[in-house]
Amino acid sequence: MSTPAAALGTSRAAVPASWWTRHQRAIAPWLFLAPALLMFGLYVIWPIFESIGISLYDWDGLGTPKFIGLDNYRELTTDPDFFVALKNNLIWLVGFLLAVPAGLFLALFLNQTVFGIRAVKSLFFFPFVISQVVIGLVFTWFYNPANGIVGNLFALVGMEPVSVLSDERYVTYGIVIAGLYPQVAYCMILYLTGLNNIRPDLIEAARLEGAKGWAMLWHVVLPQLRPATFIAVVVTIVGSLRSFDMVSIMTSGGPYGTSRVLAYYMYEKALSEYGYRMGYGTAIATVLFAIMLVYILFVLYRIYQQEKDMA
Amino acid sequence: MFPTPIEKVSAPTRALYKAGLPVSLLLWLLPIIAVALTSIRGQGDIASGNYWGWPTQWQIVENYTAVFRNTPILRYIGNSFLVTIPTVIGAVALACLAGFALGVYRFKMNLVVFFLFVGGNFVPFQILMVPVRDMSLRLGLYDSITGLVLFHVAFQTGFCTFFMRNFIRDLPMELIEAARIEGASEVQIFWRVVLPLVRPALAALSVLVFTFIWNDYFWATVLIQGDHAMPVTGGLKSLNGIWVAQWHLVSAGSIVAALPPVLVFFLMQKQFIAGLTLGATKG
Repeated sequence: MSTPAAALGTSRAAVPASWWTRHQRAIAPWLFLAPALLMFGLYVIWPIFESIGISLYDWDGLGTPKFIGLDNYRELTTDPDFFVALKNNLIWLVGFLLAVPAGLFLALFLNQTVFGIRAVKSLFFFPFVISQVVIGLVFTWFYNPANGIVGNLFALVGMEPVSVLSDERYVTYGIVIAGLYPQVAYCMILYLTGLNNIRPDLIEAARLEGAKGWAMLWHVVLPQLRPATFIAVVVTIVGSLRSFDMVSIMTSGGPYGTSRVLAYYMYEKALSEYGYRMGYGTAIATVLFAIMLVYILFVLYRIYQQEKDMA
Repeated sequence: MFPTPIEKVSAPTRALYKAGLPVSLLLWLLPIIAVALTSIRGQGDIASGNYWGWPTQWQIVENYTAVFRNTPILRYIGNSFLVTIPTVIGAVALACLAGFALGVYRFKMNLVVFFLFVGGNFVPFQILMVPVRDMSLRLGLYDSITGLVLFHVAFQTGFCTFFMRNFIRDLPMELIEAARIEGASEVQIFWRVVLPLVRPALAALSVLVFTFIWNDYFWATVLIQGDHAMPVTGGLKSLNGIWVAQWHLVSAGSIVAALPPVLVFFLMQKQFIAGLTLGATKG
């Protein structure tokens, strides 16, 4: 088979092309890929398999690991704390998805051209730029029953303040609300970009036909915002399953572990004063990974479809 | 344009909108305004429970000097820069090479490798935690800035490669073909043809990665133990543990910690948003 490079070589001169000239177009991509593949393989791809392997062992991180088969997973099925974490992840998932309509609402609210709107838009986006540690701290103060804003509000209507973060009925919802704050800002910016690229002719045509308000939004605008919605949903789901920072900062999983999520529970089992149970920790991580894999495959399938259309 | 431009609606609605805009902005930013106000309060306000009202004492200078003098926050900030900047350079450099390979060449495994980067970028951190920590320990990189940087570079390469590959693939391929006909080698094509064209993408990617890494908290707690290498996110968390009732000092620390990414965002807003919303308009 003659490669274009070889053909090029023969047409230019009678000098026989070197091995490198003939093959560089086949080898070059792998040389360009090598550093990235090496790092990504070493630190991301390989550890996934290693973790799944470790989950079959009883290991404190120092001594000799002992193979115990699926015992860690069997223990998970009877571990009430695991199910609390799993249930909280579900609350996170559902609650976090509110960021998508809320972000759309904000984007629609801000999609105007009044004086200073650019500055207003970037200030609305502000919470996303700031570290979750800071957001978590402020919301912890908000929820403080003695001096927090939420406590003051309860006092205002003459009710006994609820201590959101030390009440196991409300704690997870309280953290999810804090987590929503930057996430809504993220979804808003996705939708603002989407709205910017909407086709004005379609909007005008629909207006002439008498469409407005909800009908317009539902039938004309939202279909055009589909790429933005897709990304917003994906990043929100991934974010909800990754939730760790807020839980760690606001409650450290408490009270009595009732606000743990899988990501936090895993960390606690593997790396904290509760003991170094690497095997059990990685078993929890493997469950979390399996849940995430559903979304990863869904995203990859969609990208695959797009690639096929473009090819 | 949707919704209906505000100039075209009735005068009362328009007035309502223009008045509602600053009010809603104020409400939305309440958490951040609260931190900013608390960071300049005096001890008296904190003691008397005036957490949310207007400060009665203004102690801007006192609080901020106290944070810098009495805590290792300067150290933490320095560490954050030492982690963030090499990570940005490393991840973007690797992604340029990989994105070039995946965006320009057609070869059998192209899509498989691409999917590896995209999929890997979504995995939960916890599935990597134990092996990465273990490997860092064995390499003597645990509790060191180098160890944290190496992990961040590797992980960010996933997202960055995705980004660069899509950008490079949208470049006009005729330019590359033309360079080949002129006899340019593959390295020359990368260096002289493609790299100058991807500059806007490099800017967007750099500001995004800067913010992501600056705000990272999980890996800072997993891979770093001592103050000597602790980035500011983990540092703030431990300061908050030490100064439970000193909200004004913790707030001042928070503002200092938030400043670099906020500045980067405001200086490079266009690139930041362009990077973040990549793909939100097509596909």
